[in-house]
Amino acid sequence: MTHRSRRLLKVPALTRVEGEGALHVELTGDTVTELRLDIYEPPRYFEALLRGRRYTEPPDITARICGICPVAYQMSACAAIEDACGVEVDDRVAELRRLLYCGEWIASHALHIHLLHAPDFLGCANVVELARRHRPEVERGLALKQAGNAVLELVGGRAIHPFNVRLGGFHRAPSAAELRTLAEQTLRPARDAALACVEWVSTFDFPDVAATPELLALTDRRYPLDRGSPRTSSAVAFPVRAFEEHVVEEQVPHSTALHARLVGGGAYLTGPLARYALNRGVLSPLAREAADAAGLGARCDNPFRSIVVRAVELVYAIDEALRIIDAYEPPRPPAIDVAPRAGIGYGATEAPRGVLFHRYELAADGSVRTARIVPPTAQNQATIEADLRAFVQENLDMPDDDLAAACERVVRNHDPCISCATHFLRLTRTHR
Amino acid sequence: MATEPARPSLAVWKFASCDGCQLTLLDCGDALLTLAARLHIAAFPEASSMIEPGPYDVSLVEGSITTEEDAARIRDIRARSTLLVAIGACATAGGIQALRDLADVDEFRAQVYPHPEYVRSLATATPISAHVPVDLELHGCPIDRGQLVEVLGALLAGRKPDLPVHSVCAQCKARGTPCLPVVAGVPCLGPVTRAGCGALCPAYGRGCFGCFGPVERPNTRALVALLRHQGMSPADIGRVFRTYTATTAQFRAAAEEGARS
Ligand code: SF4
Repeated sequence: MTHRSRRLLKVPALTRVEGEGALHVELTGDTVTELRLDIYEPPRYFEALLRGRRYTEPPDITARICGICPVAYQMSACAAIEDACGVEVDDRVAELRRLLYCGEWIASHALHIHLLHAPDFLGCANVVELARRHRPEVERGLALKQAGNAVLELVGGRAIHPFNVRLGGFHRAPSAAELRTLAEQTLRPARDAALACVEWVSTFDFPDVAATPELLALTDRRYPLDRGSPRTSSAVAFPVRAFEEHVVEEQVPHSTALHARLVGGGAYLTGPLARYALNRGVLSPLAREAADAAGLGARCDNPFRSIVVRAVELVYAIDEALRIIDAYEPPRPPAIDVAPRAGIGYGATEAPRGVLFHRYELAADGSVRTARIVPPTAQNQATIEADLRAFVQENLDMPDDDLAAACERVVRNHDPCISCATHFLRLTRTHR
Repeated sequence: MATEPARPSLAVWKFASCDGCQLTLLDCGDALLTLAARLHIAAFPEASSMIEPGPYDVSLVEGSITTEEDAARIRDIRARSTLLVAIGACATAGGIQALRDLADVDEFRAQVYPHPEYVRSLATATPISAHVPVDLELHGCPIDRGQLVEVLGALLAGRKPDLPVHSVCAQCKARGTPCLPVVAGVPCLGPVTRAGCGALCPAYGRGCFGCFGPVERPNTRALVALLRHQGMSPADIGRVFRTYTATTAQFRAAAEEGARS
């Protein structure tokens, strides 16, 4: 037992994150002795309830894990099940999927930047307060969110839990004329708005922090959304099907939560900072210029500046949506047949918050035997905790209330989606 | 620090869910800032770091009840709310996670968690109305934005919200979508599913999959016969009724009947 002073810092409910979580920090003297990001969310048992469902169902069912990034679940599920069935969709379907995914990135990033993250930098509790002081910027943010929704609605059928996605493609392919109208009326103005947004967020006051965790992102000849192969910042590369050989979960001694780690490495980070560092070279020229003008450099090591990276990705997603629409030819038919067969399939795509991995094992009759889902927030938990630890250690002289509020900001830098994390995290609250 | 006494206070709460229904509120675009000016948002943890203790004039509740703690929390929220509105399939019918009700939850737990003993949850995922009186239910997985705006507008005006009670078929007719089972032989749950979405799926050539849950008195017998006739296997018929509102009495009965055939 130590006789030095103990200090307990509790944030009972994390706000402005998706889902419910809490933060627990224990200090003994000048040392952080315990730090936990707790998950309050009750488990929903997705992997279990998927067993016995038809192989056509996981895209719709897993979408319900997260209302912020349902398309990510649909895309990873389709990729994994089509892999199991030995089917590859044609380029037109692939491009239309990528367009839908751009819609989700636009909507999700616009939401996080303006409604969840920006209030932190401007001393506001929420977007309503923010709107009182920065009305034009908030209106611009809502318009960007709407632009993302417009893509989701036209291509996916609705903004939350789109229903137009199916194995092999889509139920209905939009016409070139519909997409052109979307491009002219909504996306072109949105691209200018996104550029202005990058400029705006790059002027925020960023705490001077640097963290250089190992990074993991998909890489491809284009900036990764709907496809790519995993790669780390120390240049370890592996195919999607080997994901579970490279990423394992380990139990940490002082906590009952399991953390994802890289085999032979340690904690790592996935999401915008990782994607940007590993794929900056394949950003569109416009997005790269915006990044340069915002002073981002080759890699961004300050998690507080992740808001700038998200804004750059917002520019990219709109730019990319416009490129796809420009070259669009409707897939005919809108979906190819996917016949079931016994086997295992793997899929990974880049959700707005990072790599989302799915694996399904199918029986010959097309029923799901087992399912595994590894969402980004669960992968990031160890790194978020490391960020917090460093931050608290550096700021011990802050009064409790301020420190707790600052810790919440550190968490929000990573846009954690606890709704996503919960069904995966092998722990809920510890009861004492 | 709202001083105008006239603005009713609004709180938004989450239980077991995906956030999609409460996100619908943030998706209201221009209507959002207009509503925000007429309502006082007193608690909305996913969107604001300011949480007032209440009481609240209106609480919107998303998600189903799956733990003892949550069962206590909803009673507390009820006690502090004048009106309580359950939003979405999770809150009104248990949601997709209520599939555990039809299975063995201990087995589910052991399947997903290597240390199932750390995880506490009830054997069921139940709607809010199974725990406390609910003043109004908005259906759907997710809810419809237009319906949400209608409900909030009605509450502000002190009138009864205009929510349809008929089936999706009526909305297909209204928007002029040709009937999928008739013209294309596509299986569709529209005849037994509550309207509210605007008959979105059939307009995209996809049969309704029932995410708004059953109408009050659905003729599921006739529909099951039709699905059979369209070539669906008993197992598949059972499954189509066991999705987002599987534990409603109507769809539970339909699933059992379909699976028997
Ligand atoms: S009803 Fe559907 S959209 Fe709404 S919270 Fe539940 S899972 Fe999400």
